[in-house]
Amino acid sequence: MSHRIHSFHGGVHPEENKQVSTQHPIAIASMPSHVIVPVRQHIGQPAKPCVNVGDRVLKGQIIAEADGYISVAAHASTSGTVTAVAPHPIPHPSGLSDICIHIAPDGQDQWIERKPIDYRNLNASALRNRLRDMGIAGLGGAVFPTFIKLNPGVPQKVQTLLLNGGECEPWITCDDMTMRERAEEILQGAAIMRFMLRAETVLVGIEDNKPQAIAAMQRAAARCDFPVEIITIPTLYPGGGAKQMIKTLTGKEVPSGGRSTDVGVATFNVGTALAIHRAVNHGEPLISRIVTVTGNVAQAQNFEVLIGTPIQELVALSGNSADPVSGYLMGGPMMGIELAQIDVPVVKATNCILVKSAKLFPPPPPAMPCIRCTRCADACPADLQPQELFWFARSKDFDRAQKYQLFDCIECGCCSYVCPSHIPLVQYYRYAKSEISAREKEQQAADHARDRHETRLARIGREKQERAEKLAQKAALKPAADSATDDDPAAAAKKAAIQAAIERAKAAKAESDTAASTE
Amino acid sequence: MLSSPYINEKTSVSIIMLKVMLALVPAIAAYVWYFGPAILISITIASVTALALETIAVKMRGLPAKPFLMDGSALVTAWLLALSIPSIAPWWLVVVGTFFAIVVAKHLYGGLGNNLFNPAMVGYAVLIISFPVQMTHWAAPYSLAGEHLGLMNTFQYILGGTLPDGWKLDAISTATPLDTLRTQLQLHRSVDQISQMPIFGSIGGQGGEIVALLFLVGGIYLWLTRIITWHIPVAFLGALALIAGIFHLVNPQHYATPWFHLATGGAMLGAFFIATDPVSGATTPKGKLIFGAGIGLLTYLIRALGGYPDGIAFAVLLMNITVPLIDAYTQPPVYGHKGSKP
Ligand code: SF4
Ligand code: SF4
Repeated sequence: MSHRIHSFHGGVHPEENKQVSTQHPIAIASMPSHVIVPVRQHIGQPAKPCVNVGDRVLKGQIIAEADGYISVAAHASTSGTVTAVAPHPIPHPSGLSDICIHIAPDGQDQWIERKPIDYRNLNASALRNRLRDMGIAGLGGAVFPTFIKLNPGVPQKVQTLLLNGGECEPWITCDDMTMRERAEEILQGAAIMRFMLRAETVLVGIEDNKPQAIAAMQRAAARCDFPVEIITIPTLYPGGGAKQMIKTLTGKEVPSGGRSTDVGVATFNVGTALAIHRAVNHGEPLISRIVTVTGNVAQAQNFEVLIGTPIQELVALSGNSADPVSGYLMGGPMMGIELAQIDVPVVKATNCILVKSAKLFPPPPPAMPCIRCTRCADACPADLQPQELFWFARSKDFDRAQKYQLFDCIECGCCSYVCPSHIPLVQYYRYAKSEISAREKEQQAADHARDRHETRLARIGREKQERAEKLAQKAALKPAADSATDDDPAAAAKKAAIQAAIERAKAAKAESDTAASTE
Repeated sequence: MLSSPYINEKTSVSIIMLKVMLALVPAIAAYVWYFGPAILISITIASVTALALETIAVKMRGLPAKPFLMDGSALVTAWLLALSIPSIAPWWLVVVGTFFAIVVAKHLYGGLGNNLFNPAMVGYAVLIISFPVQMTHWAAPYSLAGEHLGLMNTFQYILGGTLPDGWKLDAISTATPLDTLRTQLQLHRSVDQISQMPIFGSIGGQGGEIVALLFLVGGIYLWLTRIITWHIPVAFLGALALIAGIFHLVNPQHYATPWFHLATGGAMLGAFFIATDPVSGATTPKGKLIFGAGIGLLTYLIRALGGYPDGIAFAVLLMNITVPLIDAYTQPPVYGHKGSKP
């Protein structure tokens, strides 16, 4: 049982700080005072609200339906009354608002009727629709609607089901704790995915800094009725990134712009597998998730939290620490986002709330010039040359940035992390990417406008010509009246008439020209 | 911080430069042991000049002086320049060289990180072209001179150009092994005969070979602490040894052994400390190999066929010119683009 491990280029070893939040088992977070469910918590089209203010909803009831191909439903995470369907700030670095469905819980936590899905006897597309209506989206961070990934298109295209138990960001331990405590359920979810994908191999990749999770998963795998390989991989950030995990376990590289299924692998986060199991075997939609609350708090811990719980209420459960709070991150320190405010809800993408203090996260020293030491390039898991991209981004040479594959940057932050000049490199790449996208949009809009303009000109031209033709026809009608049934003479006459008209026009113009020049 | 990551490795340009200086210390100690305390004085003059010029230049560019002085890059340049020129060179030579390194090569090109050429080597090149005579008075090794000038007397000599009574310039200075090899070959002596001369040590010159060995040790330290990668030194020394070996095999009486070339002159200092200057060197792994090998080859060609005894400075400067081209043509394939070149 020694699976061959491949290595990917680059990577860094930030201080882990994971032990602080793994001292206690996962706790059930207490019922929030109110619940705020955004209609878009996944990549794709927002779901369409299907409840009204004043409606009583039950726990697990669909309150917004999937809309469009890439979309999943949203659910009430507890029973209560809809108090608003209105914009509310969502966890986003810009503090943006989005449509949210607000529910005042009634405290009864009353479920809808829950029926397991008989997945073995359901046709594939019906099964996928059920998962979409169960609101299942990837819990690893990208929040991609899961049912789409379980639709590999060509049968047998996906040979390998890869469960990603890699959790490489410092501080975050929600997947680790989930594997420790719910290994069996994760693998029950894997069984369903394996069935849907008709995958031959099931691999689970876990970093060697999670020995208890590895042991738990191995015990569960031993009891499984299908072969599951639990593979220990070296701890190296960002080894838990899907592309890096695929490279580590299979040696294959997902082609740029492609998907993992292009190399015959479907990758799911372990939490997603658990959610699939809850949905299929228990009829429970995705209304809660495990969230790590850690950092500058009295007691760091993992909680099972209802989606829609205001983050401030969740953080309060961990208690205040003595140090002043200097901010809140959603996600880890390497890729997480700074929350502008904390009255935003926990969403499906919320894996960790990291409370900052100046002591834990001192501001970096001022940026110095790049000395081209290439530590960033040595650390880049995408094999990019970050120092060149930085140069291009800073000098707004976006064409060259794109030529050097800026868009293959996964924004993992390794380059910024190692830079001795403390240059916020990733910030430059995000800026360059958004500039390029904006320009492309502008270009598209301009193209569109030009197209419209050209169409309009063409239409005007056409109308003119049609008018001219009509006129000519009228003129030609008289002499050609007797042979009107014959097409050719009519056309010839039309041509002649047009020609005559042109001739006349030319003559008139020439006349006025000579008149003008002799004056 | 506007966006992630919110943590940094405990590193900085200052730490890197500090480690580079630390790596130079054993070789400098050996230098003092074998060639007298003059090097300490010239390093001090270069350092003070560099810091003063750096302060003025940074201030004139309207930047805060402190972070730039603290980054240590000016000091490293000063040390490398001082180690490249004769330790008993007059003080103004050091000052002129440092001026060209710091002001011309570095700040006129936009300061830290923007210079196209290796600053220390620009300083060296200016000096050897402008003051060839002063640049040939190297401190004689202890074993030849019998005794060193004391610290105070050395000080007096470097600042005032006067030697204590009874001392002659010949007694404290000598030609380097590379110089000796060159002039003696012109007198139609064979390599075998030349290497019997007292200035030649076991392989690379009295005392000098030990200093070179300690540069190698310092270089390995830099590699182990990941300040430098192996590419440039290995390619440099490999190419130098290879071409020296070929010439030596063809005509052993006219071309010295590859060992001699590795252990003498600025080979080790150049391979680990000068050619590895990140700012002016190639950055891709393949590019570093080409860059290093180019310096090795050019160094040998200048030593064996060119007009100067040691060719490192010119080799480095010539290869600096090619860096943008090398980098552009050696971009490694990006993840997910294997097989498809940009
Ligand atoms: S790590 Fe920083 S200083 Fe070094 S090359 Fe990259 S951007 Fe430049
Ligand atoms: S953020 Fe982008 S450029 Fe930087 S190391 Fe990660 S992938 Fe490479």
